[in-house]
Amino acid sequence: MASVASKLYSDDVSLLVLLLDTNPFFWSSTSIKFSQFLSHVFAFLNAVLGLNQLNQVVVIATGYSSCDYIYDSSSTSNHGSLESSRIGLPALFGSLIEKLEDFITKDEELIKEEEVEDRIASSLLSGSLSMALCYIQRVFRSGNIHPQPRILCLQGSPDGPEQYVAVMNSIFSAQRLMVPIDSCYIGAQNSAFLQQASYITGGVHHTPKQLDGLFQYLTTIFATDLHSRSFVQLPKPVGVDFRASCFCHKKTIDMGYICSVCLSIFCAHHKKCSTCGSVFGQSKLDDASPVSNKKRKAPET
Amino acid sequence: MAGLQLEKRVKYKSSVKDPGTPGILRLREVMLLFVPEDPKSDSKLKVQTQNIKSQKSTKEGSNKPPWLNLTNKQGRSHIFEFENYQDMHACREFIAKALAKCEEEPKKLAVSTSAEQLSIADLELRFKLLRENSELQRLHKQFVESKVLTEDEFWATRKKLLGKDSIRKSKQQVGLKSMMVSGIKPSTDGRTNRVTFNLTPEIIFQIFAEKPAVRQAFINYVPSKMTEKDFWTKYFRAEYLYSTKNTAVAAAEAAEDEELAVFLKPDEILARETRQKIRRVDPTLDMEADQGDDYTHLMDHGIQRDGTSDIVEPHNDQFKRSLVQDLNRHAAVVLEGRSIDVESEDTRTVAEALMRVKQVSKADSEANQERLERISRVAGMEDLQAPQNFPLALLSIKDPRDYFESQQGNILNEPRGGGGLKRNIHEAYELLKASILEIKTEGLCDPLIKPEVALEVFSSLTRTISTAKNIIGKNPRESFLDRLPKPTKDQVLHHWTSIQELLRHFWSSYPITTTYLHTKVGKLKDAMSNTYSQLEAMKESVQSDLRHQVSLLVRPMQQALDAAFQHYEADLQRRTTKSVGGGGGERPNGYV
Repeated sequence: MASVASKLYSDDVSLLVLLLDTNPFFWSSTSIKFSQFLSHVFAFLNAVLGLNQLNQVVVIATGYSSCDYIYDSSSTSNHGSLESSRIGLPALFGSLIEKLEDFITKDEELIKEEEVEDRIASSLLSGSLSMALCYIQRVFRSGNIHPQPRILCLQGSPDGPEQYVAVMNSIFSAQRLMVPIDSCYIGAQNSAFLQQASYITGGVHHTPKQLDGLFQYLTTIFATDLHSRSFVQLPKPVGVDFRASCFCHKKTIDMGYICSVCLSIFCAHHKKCSTCGSVFGQSKLDDASPVSNKKRKAPET
Repeated sequence: MAGLQLEKRVKYKSSVKDPGTPGILRLREVMLLFVPEDPKSDSKLKVQTQNIKSQKSTKEGSNKPPWLNLTNKQGRSHIFEFENYQDMHACREFIAKALAKCEEEPKKLAVSTSAEQLSIADLELRFKLLRENSELQRLHKQFVESKVLTEDEFWATRKKLLGKDSIRKSKQQVGLKSMMVSGIKPSTDGRTNRVTFNLTPEIIFQIFAEKPAVRQAFINYVPSKMTEKDFWTKYFRAEYLYSTKNTAVAAAEAAEDEELAVFLKPDEILARETRQKIRRVDPTLDMEADQGDDYTHLMDHGIQRDGTSDIVEPHNDQFKRSLVQDLNRHAAVVLEGRSIDVESEDTRTVAEALMRVKQVSKADSEANQERLERISRVAGMEDLQAPQNFPLALLSIKDPRDYFESQQGNILNEPRGGGGLKRNIHEAYELLKASILEIKTEGLCDPLIKPEVALEVFSSLTRTISTAKNIIGKNPRESFLDRLPKPTKDQVLHHWTSIQELLRHFWSSYPITTTYLHTKVGKLKDAMSNTYSQLEAMKESVQSDLRHQVSLLVRPMQQALDAAFQHYEADLQRRTTKSVGGGGGERPNGYV
């Protein structure tokens, strides 16, 4: 069995973990309707599954206050109802739709309990990234033979600077696992998180200009398996936004102070590092020119 | 020596083939002068001693005439043919001395003779740096040779380059060779019974350092009682007796010759020092406890020395030294290093200097002695003491959960408000649910994507990819610079370094306090505007498809230059108004 499997699992078999942004704030403010978006995504997933019969797709919903697995093509309980096949929906996605509905209801409930904060309407990207990495880690540990995993973030909501550390940690974990994080940002702003994620992990970052052609973007750029990427020309970003969030106020800054012991980032000078407890001395230089020991992290875009 | 002068009749040849111009060579300490006999001849020559790099001369006894060949720093050579070898040797020695003096006092020279006349070592270092670093060389050529910067100004900003080497070459104490003196083997000629020992100042120093008794004996006996040569003969006779291992003969000879006995007996001074050291040893150290481990009489034990096993025999050991003793003593001296700075050939000076050092250190150690004893009385056993509290700040690494929870707290504690948002939330969720319901009932959009849109996406993607390839190149790590043609790239890089050099000098000249700085800034400003126009020209000359990128590269350079120009103008204006204002104070109001 193993030998057969190893023959079948050639280097172009992919495990695609799709992080689907279900942030209601984003979808209520954008030009493209969520149903349209889902159509494109479903068609894309179907295409990916069709590229190789061993390809595997996992969908994780990235909500406003929670995230969850909503689809796994390898599990057997994916049979949709007859109704869905009648309306021209790929049968496989029947259960996805149902799960997505449940997820959104739960997400809403969670928000009720938590009450609404005045935070940036960002999605829990760090959570869904962690879940994707957990899933991939499980696949890695299942044995020597496994598909080539990659993560695709379909994100529209802006970055949540308060998730900076968690997101960066996930990115570095992915880098260590050698899992590329592709990102397709459909929002209005620029996502520094996604740019950095793709840059660090060697994935592709793209910001589609025409959302009604999303499917075309997805199939042209993001359907490419890892093996083919060595010879396919994919769009490359001209620069990467390397800005970080300070640890004290969770603001995105391009210049700040860095703890010399643990490399925590602060937007203002502190007497003591809040992360590692190191006590900072006042340097003599500091008196002379307060800007001199600030490290500049300029966005390259 | 400064007033000394040497005059010899010579023939001066500018090359080996040159038949030579007869004349007189005058040697002084700072320079040598050749005056031809024929006053019309133009081969008059003046060479500064410090410019002479080396001298070569023909060997006496060879068939060649007595030639002295002086090579100067530029690699040119001057050949002088002397009338006889004596003259040549005299001159050669004179020049050698002058050269040595030149090298001895590079620092003094550098200070006394102003900026232009640097020490040879400094100049050599600069040449070396220029040779090794082509970029530096280019900058040097561009600015120093075009008189924008003076030699000194150019190097002033590179003190680090110059300093590193000079530190490296000075200050380091020269250590001793680790070879043992006893390793000096006598050489025999095989026919007679004579053995020869070769002595160098180095070896003498080492002997004196290792054997204080010999040193003492030298001071006592030489030259009052015997000559230096006799002394060393006696010493090596004693050494020879040691090496034969014939203790009986050694004892007999020692009985006959009082002075020889000094060398054969164990070193009294050393023994005294050792006794002192033993007295200082921690009394709790029980060396006798190790005596049970004595295995020196076992088979195959002992250290091979000169082919024979070196076993200490109990009898007659007054005239025996073990290798271990020698080794220990030698090691101690090597570790101590060269404690005196006497670079003298005179053996007596060395011996006396060593003596003084020893006495000083003894006095020191005696003073220390009491203190040490007091300390040792007070100090307890280290391993019986309570653990010391080192003044270390402990790194407080908190439970990471605290951190993440505190983050959570931060979010929760942030001021809330936004009833509007609250209302919106449910609307938003409703919208989302409606969308899902829509797809559930109606299925995917049909058609999913319009062909025109797909085409548009395709072409825009292709465009992005091809332009990106233009901008970043095929390899994302490859910089734009690498895609420029080589000369242009070099030009850009060179402009950049030269602008940096100019700007560094420019800004370091402010505030202008002297007229010297004023002229310097003026010169720099001219050079910068020159570079500015060169940049413009370069921008124009590149191919059109690269022009945009090149102008992007050039822009920061021009901005930096612009800032400098602006500062220059502003400063100039301020200075002129100030001088006018200052003049105004002297003049009565309204006076023009």
